[in-house]
Amino acid sequence: MDNSAKPFNNPNLNESPELVVTQGREFVKLPDGAQPKLKASNLNFYYGGFQALHDISLDIHENRVTAFIGPSGCGKSTFLRTLNRMHEMVRHTRVEGEILLDGADIFGFEVSGLRRRVGMVFQKSNPFPKSIFDNVAYGLRVNDGVRGAALKDAVESSLRRAALWDEVKDKLNESAYSLSGGQQQRLCIARALAVSPEVLLLDEPCSALDPIATAKIEDLIFQLKDSCTIVIVTHNMQQAARVADYTGFFLLGHLIEFDKTTTIFKNPARKETEDYVTGRFG
Amino acid sequence: MSLRLIFRKTTNYLMLSLTGVCALVAVGILFFILGYLLWHGGTSLNWDFFTKLPVPVGEPGGGMANALVGTAKLLLIASLVGVPVGFLGGVYLAEYGGSTFSFLVRYMADLLNGVPSIVIGIFAYTVIILTQHHFSTLAGGIALGVMMIPIAVRSTEEFLKAVPNSLREAAVALGASKSRAVVTVVIPAALNGIITGIMLDLARVAGETAPLIFTAFGNQFWSPGWNQPTASLPVMIYSYALSPYDDWHRQAWSAGFVLLSLVLVVNVFSRMILARKRHVAR
Repeated sequence: MDNSAKPFNNPNLNESPELVVTQGREFVKLPDGAQPKLKASNLNFYYGGFQALHDISLDIHENRVTAFIGPSGCGKSTFLRTLNRMHEMVRHTRVEGEILLDGADIFGFEVSGLRRRVGMVFQKSNPFPKSIFDNVAYGLRVNDGVRGAALKDAVESSLRRAALWDEVKDKLNESAYSLSGGQQQRLCIARALAVSPEVLLLDEPCSALDPIATAKIEDLIFQLKDSCTIVIVTHNMQQAARVADYTGFFLLGHLIEFDKTTTIFKNPARKETEDYVTGRFG
Repeated sequence: MSLRLIFRKTTNYLMLSLTGVCALVAVGILFFILGYLLWHGGTSLNWDFFTKLPVPVGEPGGGMANALVGTAKLLLIASLVGVPVGFLGGVYLAEYGGSTFSFLVRYMADLLNGVPSIVIGIFAYTVIILTQHHFSTLAGGIALGVMMIPIAVRSTEEFLKAVPNSLREAAVALGASKSRAVVTVVIPAALNGIITGIMLDLARVAGETAPLIFTAFGNQFWSPGWNQPTASLPVMIYSYALSPYDDWHRQAWSAGFVLLSLVLVVNVFSRMILARKRHVAR
């Protein structure tokens, strides 16, 4: 490994992205059997003149949990948000490179169709100021005009999938804000699940939650894996180690290393990764 | 006690008294006006005021039924002009505006808000009365509607901007288009505030006299139609208060009292709407 020649503080890191690409491409050969659901190639991302992502290439495998870790501002959330083009909500952003969803370029998609297939749950729970029922029903009403009994069934099954049904079944018409923080976040997951996304992006979903609520969400992630491809950004390395099959480590806009979670945490190839996961910095 | 401490305590005492006195003066003037109006207006108010037409000088009794109806008609036209333009303009500024054009519109709205109401009256006079060659209810209503626009635009914009961006993101991430997100999530979340702003705006123009003097003009009888001059409470107050007759003065006091009550009721009512907490965002 040539990383010995590249100590962490190397100021040339920005100028030599080849190595990162290599790391990303290496991953394609991982003996897993799962198909790549999303495939990013040579992705660069700019906020105005500032380049936030440098040449990111990686595969996200179907029905697996992929976690991105790294210090604040490293670009992991930015990368996550490009996966369903949420970055387009922000002005003066620009993307170069390619992201394929099942082999089709996502930048060629009609954007709301893409976001139905690639759903998202945000860092801070953001239920609509509507009833619990209306929150979950929102995506179905907006997209397909589902109503009546079919809508009720879909709402119930989404809430069951988010392990929230038993807690809210008697108060579906109450405000979503009457729920606790953890329940609100699971409501947001139920809301995202209602439109049956193939990929679910979770942007630090537990950062505002207590350990018990966090454990519930992590259980949920395990269960959802069978029906969904999950990508999670987390500040919490233990969380990545607990839930993820694959982990990517971001630093200063570069994907430093991407591999099986066990490898990243037990036997990382790069010194930066080792320093971060062992808590020597970050 | 050191000299310094005495100095500080004295300064504190002086400043406290000064601010207290100023607050008292501000509130005192308001209560003086309210009390005076209540005393004079309330005592000469009777049922005839609401049901009878004005009578010639010297005859006892009479009322301002035509002015009440006239003000209601003027406010209706004003709402038809001011609310759609103001509301939709505010939606544009908050949700769709580019930076330069929005800045211009916002600046113009603030300028328009600072234009003396008599100038708005001259505008309506020039544009409508001079082309029609007679005074009309319609012209008066339009003048008031134009006066409503700037505040309606700005208050709608402010209340929409207060809706957290996370709600827009949540809606868009579920596959809603931007316009669907605005209509189904953002506007409902801000609706209480928007309605309150518009009601207060309406209450404000209800008391405008200057734009009506040479548009709706005035009328001692029932207005024969929308395209004919009409009586209105503010103009009635103006002309009755300037007259040399005690009877008319009493009527003017009553009209002032009724107008103030109207504004007060609208204010209280809209604040109740604003305080209503069903699905209120944090």
